[in-house]
Amino acid sequence: MELLCPAGNLPALKTAIDNGADAVYIGLKDDTNARHFAGLNFNDGKLAKASDYVHQRDKKLHVAINTFAHAGAEERWKKAVDNAVAIGTDALIIADVGVLDYAANKYPDVERHVSVQASTTNLEAIKFFKNNFDVERVVLPRVLSVQQVRQLAKSSPVDLEVFAFGSLCIMAEGRCYLSSYMTGESPNTVGACSPAKYVRWQETEQGLESRLNNVLIDRYQSDENAGYPTLCKGRFEVDNNVYHALEEPTSLNTLELIPELMAMGIVSVKIEGRQRSPAYVEQVAKTWRMALDRYKQNPNDFAVEGAWMQTLANLSEGAQTTLGAYHRKWK
Amino acid sequence: MKLSLGPSLFFWPKAQVESYYHQAKSSSADIIYLGETVCSKRRELRAKDWLHLAREVASEANKQVVISTMTLLESPAEIQVLKKLCDNGEFLVEANDLSAVQIMHDLKMPFVAGPAINCYNLSTLKVLLKQGMMRWLMPVELSGDWLKSILHEAEDAGVRNQFECEVFSWGYLPLAYSARCFTARSEDRAKDDCQYCCINYPEGRRMNSREGEKVFVLNGIQTMSGYQYNLINEVSALKELGVDIARISADNEQAFIQLDKFKQQLTQPEHYPLDGVNECNGFWHKIAGMSIAQ
Repeated sequence: MELLCPAGNLPALKTAIDNGADAVYIGLKDDTNARHFAGLNFNDGKLAKASDYVHQRDKKLHVAINTFAHAGAEERWKKAVDNAVAIGTDALIIADVGVLDYAANKYPDVERHVSVQASTTNLEAIKFFKNNFDVERVVLPRVLSVQQVRQLAKSSPVDLEVFAFGSLCIMAEGRCYLSSYMTGESPNTVGACSPAKYVRWQETEQGLESRLNNVLIDRYQSDENAGYPTLCKGRFEVDNNVYHALEEPTSLNTLELIPELMAMGIVSVKIEGRQRSPAYVEQVAKTWRMALDRYKQNPNDFAVEGAWMQTLANLSEGAQTTLGAYHRKWK
Repeated sequence: MKLSLGPSLFFWPKAQVESYYHQAKSSSADIIYLGETVCSKRRELRAKDWLHLAREVASEANKQVVISTMTLLESPAEIQVLKKLCDNGEFLVEANDLSAVQIMHDLKMPFVAGPAINCYNLSTLKVLLKQGMMRWLMPVELSGDWLKSILHEAEDAGVRNQFECEVFSWGYLPLAYSARCFTARSEDRAKDDCQYCCINYPEGRRMNSREGEKVFVLNGIQTMSGYQYNLINEVSALKELGVDIARISADNEQAFIQLDKFKQQLTQPEHYPLDGVNECNGFWHKIAGMSIAQ
């Protein structure tokens, strides 16, 4: 089972590889990827360097082109595919059906993965991608339970990759317009959720307030930790009851599922966080490498170490982790 | 331009659904969509009941009836029901997931690509046309300019005559789908023990900011806009773009009135000032969806 780590820049990429990643995924420096943040991602020169670093060490490089191509500007997404292929990417991670069609026709020999943003949650949808674009792999959205992943793994005609650790998207990815509803910009269209330029912090008499495009997302008392106002993780009011109506600030952590995921034949576990620092990448890669190696050495006696969980919790939103939808009770 | 009544996104008791579609038969809608699109646990009507209802509406009203299907399908059992609906042999089907596109293609039957199919550009449109798409509903987050661009490209590519274009024009917008049920969560219950509580909220549950701003509506696993989307003042623009159908989303109170209003707007356009605390049209104008461009 491949350990697939995120990298938002060259230092993070090197850190990932040096700390045990089997493969790294990156995005280009424009709105063709779903982490389109200032100061992040790879221009043409950096892309070539990334490819060299990864390939000299016999590891794999995946390039994410996982936003939806804009009407009248499809060339930009096609160019992104061309660039990724030109530097020798091992796989293209694509969300848009039109972009997949382009990649499949122009570069039939370059491996294509269906991005999580394509929201492929069942066998018939997998068949759609297999039949039309001969994809090698599908990245499953974080909405399925372990039982559902197992069922899919049994019947899927293509390899499956799952999210293992990182920020938890609680909506079916690629099917969420909450961010554009509030700000005009969404992951699908501009490659960002709850974009930073709309965030405002304000100290008030009632506490520290976070706003997104002027909508109050949360208000913190002095003893509470304030988190980034991702709009689905704020506190809202439903019939006079104020609570995290959608989700609490928390991260997904599936260390304890390693034996099950292995048994199902999942080909890759993905770490979220291209926007995070090299230090984050280092800690997560190292911890997951240790856990995966430990399992391989002794599959029958695998136990998650407390120290691993602690390291990962410290890197998590709200310093807490969850099994998310993998665990039915979360739903 | 024709008008459609979109599927009810809410969970209503069977009798209420039946009386609603009884009323729909004499409404201003030319096309009626019906079926469950949000949650497979909502079983007041089963597949055969929806088809029965569709037959009744089709036989008694001069309207096209379309079967709408689920958006987030996670289990083989849900796919089985989807197949049954797709293979109904009588009615056009609205696909809201690529699984339905795949099934309709296998059946060699035409379909409508619904709002949850991510079709953002001409290349995707062309793939869907090859699969058998005969009507396309633009994703709700896209703007009038975006639509104009795609339709021009479709014209240039010589495919514009191969599909009808429909635009979500009135109602609470379906914005997101989750594995989690937010209505059950609002009652402090897990989804497995939801007790079908959506039925107690025929218009969903309001989720406001702590300053009382109507931010979203919780509708089971679906999150909807807190304001009603309203393109009543854009009807002329829709017509000019060559949009074939404007969709009015079914709701408890206003959909039939809105259908009449939109119908009137087709022949005698009037400007309606929008209500800033209940309505929005931002998506159409390429600004925050919840805002209004008057």
